Amino acid sequence: MAKVKLPTQLRDAAGGSSAVDAGGSTVGEVLEALYEQHAELRERLSDGDGGLRRFVNVYVGGEDIRFGDGLDTAVSEGDEVQILPAVAGG
Amino acid sequence: MAATQLTCRECGADYPLEARYVCHRCFGPLEVHYQHGHLKADLPELRRRIQSGPQNIWRYADFLPVQAPPGPSTRATSRAGLPAGCTPLVKADRLAERLGLREVWVKNDAANPTHSFKDRVVAVAAQRARELGFDTLACASTGNLANAVAAVGAALGVETYVFIPSDLEEQKILATGVYGTNLVKVKGNYDDVNRLCTELSGEHESWAFVNVNLRPYYAEGSKTLSYEIAEQLGWQTPDRVVAPIASGSLYTKLAKGFDEWRALGLISGDLPAMNGAQAVGCSPVAQAYEAGHDVCRPVKPDTIAKSLAIGNPADGPYAIELAKRSGGGIDAVTDDEIREGIRLLAETTGIFTETAGGTTTATLAKLAERGDIGADERVVLVITGEGLKTLDAVRGTFESYEIAPTYEAFEAAVGVSA
Repeated sequence: MAKVKLPTQLRDAAGGSSAVDAGGSTVGEVLEALYEQHAELRERLSDGDGGLRRFVNVYVGGEDIRFGDGLDTAVSEGDEVQILPAVAGG
Repeated sequence: MAATQLTCRECGADYPLEARYVCHRCFGPLEVHYQHGHLKADLPELRRRIQSGPQNIWRYADFLPVQAPPGPSTRATSRAGLPAGCTPLVKADRLAERLGLREVWVKNDAANPTHSFKDRVVAVAAQRARELGFDTLACASTGNLANAVAAVGAALGVETYVFIPSDLEEQKILATGVYGTNLVKVKGNYDDVNRLCTELSGEHESWAFVNVNLRPYYAEGSKTLSYEIAEQLGWQTPDRVVAPIASGSLYTKLAKGFDEWRALGLISGDLPAMNGAQAVGCSPVAQAYEAGHDVCRPVKPDTIAKSLAIGNPADGPYAIELAKRSGGGIDAVTDDEIREGIRLLAETTGIFTETAGGTTTATLAKLAERGDIGADERVVLVITGEGLKTLDAVRGTFESYEIAPTYEAFEAAVGVSA
């Protein structure tokens, strides 16, 4: 199981939770497991074409998955997968 | 106020003018929208009103997302907070001559209270934060923003938390801590700091992170740079603007400023060709532009231009769009070219800029050398920060004489015949 940390903007679609446990060996699988528990999150995060919307950032252990293999980035037992809006800063 | 709502740039959803920055439906960025139609009725009167306004950004209050400027808008009493803006636009004939260009102007935004354009954006964010009832200001910064937030907190008597990468230039750290802020040095790069602050802003609801939850208001402050440029050029747009790109916020908001005033008929001229400047060591936007991509792949920054070292630029896609739409472009220059850019600007204009300004000046030089700038063009170079904040960039770049205090020693060493 990985722990998926949700930003405040997504918590209403996850019953108010700030973190959700979800299984999978890649980020894509973990997100699928997350969407199965909270269907509305799929619509908010997915671009409908197998990818993520362009202003969604996902991190595994603090590292942006675009420095890894994107949605194919490996996730190990107990890893923290963090979802955050991309538009901050600058 | 003329601002009416926040609108998602991706899906068009509208939101009230609250402290929110992300569309709940699609995570797209929110941007302030206005209704300026009523100002069209008497444009000469609007110009007069602006010209008789305070000598700072609040002369443009009609175009900023606040209910009212801080304090009455008279020349004597509009100085609540820090009076940002109304910086010099300097005609740089010697720089133009060196580069073989007809007309170059330098917008010297180092002439702000904390010596960078960040005082503009912070002034707007701080005022909106007060209107929305926040008791604390905070930011994720590459240095200049840290200076500006800490200083405005001191001026307004508001608690501040400033988050910076721990390896920032010493000058920027010292010029932040002196104001009495809570200075948090994060072991990581700016993108790590930004990620932390994005998370913190969700958990500390009474904090106004100027460039996170207040970002739509904050970003609007950059428009005042183009308002000033247009006003200083006699209510017209220049042909070309060269400006730095870090997150892409300043660069895109410069165009928004020109577009708003053009739509209103307040100024004449086309949207300038917008040229963006990045450092090769952190050039996600320039790389995406060159490759023809519409999104940026993040990078790990490695450049002396630390104020531009954002590897994961929030407004990257919009910056690329603007470069194409305006007939400009986005270039990247090496650290050596940045150092040469600092020297070039200093030697030809008397303006000492930091590494971001060196990046911008080097990009102008590159455009000139490549023949991208037309013979009849009026070009504005946007200098966003002060050279005293990045002294290491000029260390060892010039020679000096060290002599005994005698006439003979001077003549022997320097050898100037009388």
